[in-house]
Amino acid sequence: MSPYDPGADVIEVVREPSLSPAASAYRAFGETLRGLKTTFARIVEGPVTIQYPEEKTPVYPRFRGRHKLHRFEDTGLEKCVGCSLCAAACPADCIRVVAAENTPENRVSAGERYAAVYEINLSRCIFCGYCEIACPFDAITMGHDYELSDYTRSDLIFTKEMLLAEPIERTPLRAEGE
Amino acid sequence: MIALANVNYYEVWWVQIIKALVIFAGVFAVLPILIVYERKLLGRFQGRYGPNRVGLFGLLQPLAEIVKFATKEPFRPATSVGFLFRLAPMISILTAVSALAIIPFGNVQHIFGRPVGLYGIDVSVGFLYVFAFAGIAFYGVMLGGWASGSKYSFLGAMRGAAQLISYEVSQGLALVGVVIQAQTLSLTGIVRGEVGLWYVIPQLVGFLIFMVASFAETNRAPFDLMEADAELVQGYFTEYGGTGWVAYMFAEYANMITVSAIATTVFLGGWLIPGNPHVPGWVDPIVVIVKMFLVFTFFIWVRATLPRLRYDQLMSFGWKILLPLATLNLLITAIVVGVTHA
Repeated sequence: MSPYDPGADVIEVVREPSLSPAASAYRAFGETLRGLKTTFARIVEGPVTIQYPEEKTPVYPRFRGRHKLHRFEDTGLEKCVGCSLCAAACPADCIRVVAAENTPENRVSAGERYAAVYEINLSRCIFCGYCEIACPFDAITMGHDYELSDYTRSDLIFTKEMLLAEPIERTPLRAEGE
Repeated sequence: MIALANVNYYEVWWVQIIKALVIFAGVFAVLPILIVYERKLLGRFQGRYGPNRVGLFGLLQPLAEIVKFATKEPFRPATSVGFLFRLAPMISILTAVSALAIIPFGNVQHIFGRPVGLYGIDVSVGFLYVFAFAGIAFYGVMLGGWASGSKYSFLGAMRGAAQLISYEVSQGLALVGVVIQAQTLSLTGIVRGEVGLWYVIPQLVGFLIFMVASFAETNRAPFDLMEADAELVQGYFTEYGGTGWVAYMFAEYANMITVSAIATTVFLGGWLIPGNPHVPGWVDPIVVIVKMFLVFTFFIWVRATLPRLRYDQLMSFGWKILLPLATLNLLITAIVVGVTHA
């Protein structure tokens, strides 16, 4: 008995019998023809490319794109009360909120306070959607826009006015069952 | 008895010059179109579009690329041998287009009352002319790889030399079968011998061997080991950029045209149409070009299908399978022809 006995750990490798040269040549030829057929089927199928700038992939309803800030539809007041919970939840630390008191002369939001400054640095945002979850008033949600390239980094810091503005719908929404 | 160098031309010198200009200008005009055709077709084989942005359907893509290459800095590595480095791509492209001179695009026509053969020259040594230039084409690869002064180029050139020599033998033997059957080396003579039956039928094995060997000779996939980009960057023309690179690229495609033309002429009946209908003479070149185009398309199809062989597979396939098969095919052809023609 050898010093090392593998015992039951030995695995028997079963290989298929090797073909005769003629049989393997026949098989190689047949497989080549099968390959040619496969590639030709791709031509019949046609391209699957989406010609991006002209046609866009539709997004799902829960797609997390650029943020939106919301107003109450009836009063027109901002939903955001400047609580900074979104900024606290943000793992990338890209939201900056400076709150101010609402006064009877200058009433901006529905609560006691409002966001005097609300900035999202989209060059740092990771689009995780935690801000949306953290918000107690559904004031911030993730939109569908993913075309966010710009020429300078400072252009990617979105201010409150930009986030409140009705976004240009540049991305098609996926239809039901699509 | 066949005269060894009986050149059957009877045209005056200026007809020769015009034919040379038409053939070479035609080939160089067609090359960029073939390149964009290959890229688009390859795209379709892979479920995508290929170049489609420059010009209508991307047809101006080669033009944009030629402008790009022509305006590039003529760079060469410090270790390269300058003179040979510049000479090598010229050898490649010259030998590639020279072989086209003997491809017959049609029978002898009467143009303006003057008999003109629709080919550059009808040499009775036929294939030997092609193989002579294919032999010189090695120098383009070898010198290019060696003079680059780079190990990847050198490895590519070494592989290339071994590969080209291995497969040239089988390619030649596959053609000799047809030569025995046609009893002539002249390409026009071979086409005339195909009036009854194209040689692809009696010489089917020879045709298959010729096609496989041609993939290796033109160093196309699955035999593109000379420029195996996964291992060798770009093989023997790694260090080339700009016009030198374009010359190698054009040489590769010109070689494909030559091989398609030889396959068309020798195996697929040249300018003949099945059933031999009586057609006016100007149809001949169209028939030849359509057949060449189909063979070229087959090259692209195979490139889209088969993965690159390993180097030892390439060698053992060439020497252990292709060469014995080609020899056997030649032997059987010789015996059959010897018995029936005796």
